[in-house]
Amino acid sequence: MLQLNRIFKVFNEGTPDEKLALNNIDLQMAKGEFVTVIGSNGAGKSTLMNLISGRLIPDAGEVIIDGQNMTTVPEHVRSRVIGRVFQDPMAGTAPEMTIEENLAIAYTRTKRKGLYFGVTGKRRAFFKETLETLHLNLENRINTKVGMLSGGERQALSLLMATFTEPKILLLDEHTAALDPARAELITNLTRQIVEQYKLTTLMVTHNMQQAVDLGDSLIMMDKGQIIFDAKGKDKSSLTVEKLLEEFQRIRGEQMTNDRAVLI
Amino acid sequence: MLAIFSSVEAGVIYAIMALGVYLSFRILDFPDLTVDGSFVTGASVAAIMIVNGQSPLVATAAALLAGFAAGMITGLLHTKGKVNPLLSGILMMIALYSINLRIMGKSNVPLLTEETIMTKITAFWQNSGLDGILNNLLTSAGMTEIPKTWGILITMLLLAVLIKVLIDAFLKTEIGLVLRATGNNAAMVKSFSANTNTMKVLGLGISNGLVAFSGALVAQYNGFSDAGMGIGMIVIGLASVIIGEAVFGSKTIARATLAVIGGAVIYRIVVTLALQVQFLETGDMKLITAVIVIFALIIPSISAAQKERSRKKKRLKELSFERADSFEKGGENIAAAKSDF
Repeated sequence: MLQLNRIFKVFNEGTPDEKLALNNIDLQMAKGEFVTVIGSNGAGKSTLMNLISGRLIPDAGEVIIDGQNMTTVPEHVRSRVIGRVFQDPMAGTAPEMTIEENLAIAYTRTKRKGLYFGVTGKRRAFFKETLETLHLNLENRINTKVGMLSGGERQALSLLMATFTEPKILLLDEHTAALDPARAELITNLTRQIVEQYKLTTLMVTHNMQQAVDLGDSLIMMDKGQIIFDAKGKDKSSLTVEKLLEEFQRIRGEQMTNDRAVLI
Repeated sequence: MLAIFSSVEAGVIYAIMALGVYLSFRILDFPDLTVDGSFVTGASVAAIMIVNGQSPLVATAAALLAGFAAGMITGLLHTKGKVNPLLSGILMMIALYSINLRIMGKSNVPLLTEETIMTKITAFWQNSGLDGILNNLLTSAGMTEIPKTWGILITMLLLAVLIKVLIDAFLKTEIGLVLRATGNNAAMVKSFSANTNTMKVLGLGISNGLVAFSGALVAQYNGFSDAGMGIGMIVIGLASVIIGEAVFGSKTIARATLAVIGGAVIYRIVVTLALQVQFLETGDMKLITAVIVIFALIIPSISAAQKERSRKKKRLKELSFERADSFEKGGENIAAAKSDF
């Protein structure tokens, strides 16, 4: 479903701040596969996400989505097949618009927008039905402006908006990092539920090692722009946080020193 | 009294311009100064076509299209040329000043002897006898001054309300929702496969189309088009939007667009009343406008701060009562009250 071939990305090329953000990245994801990505700050995780979503274009290499070469296709075209949830709960929704209006925009992601009413009776019923699956009582508040919702509620809504049109690829960019532990757990459970329900091909970046170990079919670890470790199938299901840390030390010969890599 | 009547009349025509400003300023969150130029572009295109024998309806429609084009160019400057929003508006405003002079061929085109939309409306209403009925009502109510015709007021009010209703409906369509989201959270719009650049260009086009349409009507209402008639137009538009929202509220789009029309009328009335003051002259109008906008911007925040202060004072008082109580009870609750405080 997703294929990255020899991706390179350099920032600030030719200046003292030059940084090789991604160094020869290869990645294959099968349809319905759920991959978690961990790594310290500056490892290139966000750059990887931005290259897949089209916000950034690689300096070299190919991004192939569902057999189509999308390397240089702009973000707003690519997003027809990609759903994305950001770290910032404010980023995925329009605060001045109501819940149903936000859902209506998300609903038209896969098609051309026209001069039809965005919210129709039929769509509203569908929106309510899907909102019920969140169990947050949002289905009774569809005319509330999204800005009035709490961070957790907004992130749950963002997750729903990114997924209910069944994108070919779902990108989760540390989408629980800005929430308190209880909310983060809620969103994590919702993520698991939704990804299973729609069988979405999912790439999830996280700082939370436990989360990375618990969720998904495979795990990749990034450091300094490279994929340094990956675990699939049995290797993945038997993985623990301690093993992961040992692995990092073995490969890099240094302790994983990062206060943001939470060891819960 | 008659002065108020004509200021309401003018207010309703300028309300169409204010609705355009609402679209760019509030919906797209784009402070678009093109308005100063595109208003005159509308007036110039309509005036020159009418003088050359075109039907006033066709001329006014052409004015709308000219404004739409001007707005789109501002949008392209910003999105494709990556020019800062304010600067793209200013550049377009300056460019339009010369373009408008070229369109008219001179700095002023009189329309007093021409047939315009306004003369058509006036003639229609006077023939229909509706004016007689309405004016008889006024005289029987004891009024001595009666307006020449009600036609312009009523037709323009209907037109402004029609445009308001169309805007409300448009902003509920799929494209309209995306347009609103573009001004609200552009990054989100891109992640739902809509092109924010196209939306900005479209939004600015519609906005300036309305502004030029209003300019064309104002030229026909005043009986001339003048190269300088657009100076400060953006501020008048902003004044209408801000006053309207302060007075009538802006909870929903439908409410806000109605408020903008109301705001445009109130603005005209305030200016007319201000000009009645002996000391002030017509030339002071821009100053009055600026002062109105400044007040409309500052008063809400001052009154909010005032409310906050009195709320705090009240809370403090309650707290000190509580404390007095707790002293009587032996002072057990002092610590709790303190930490609360």
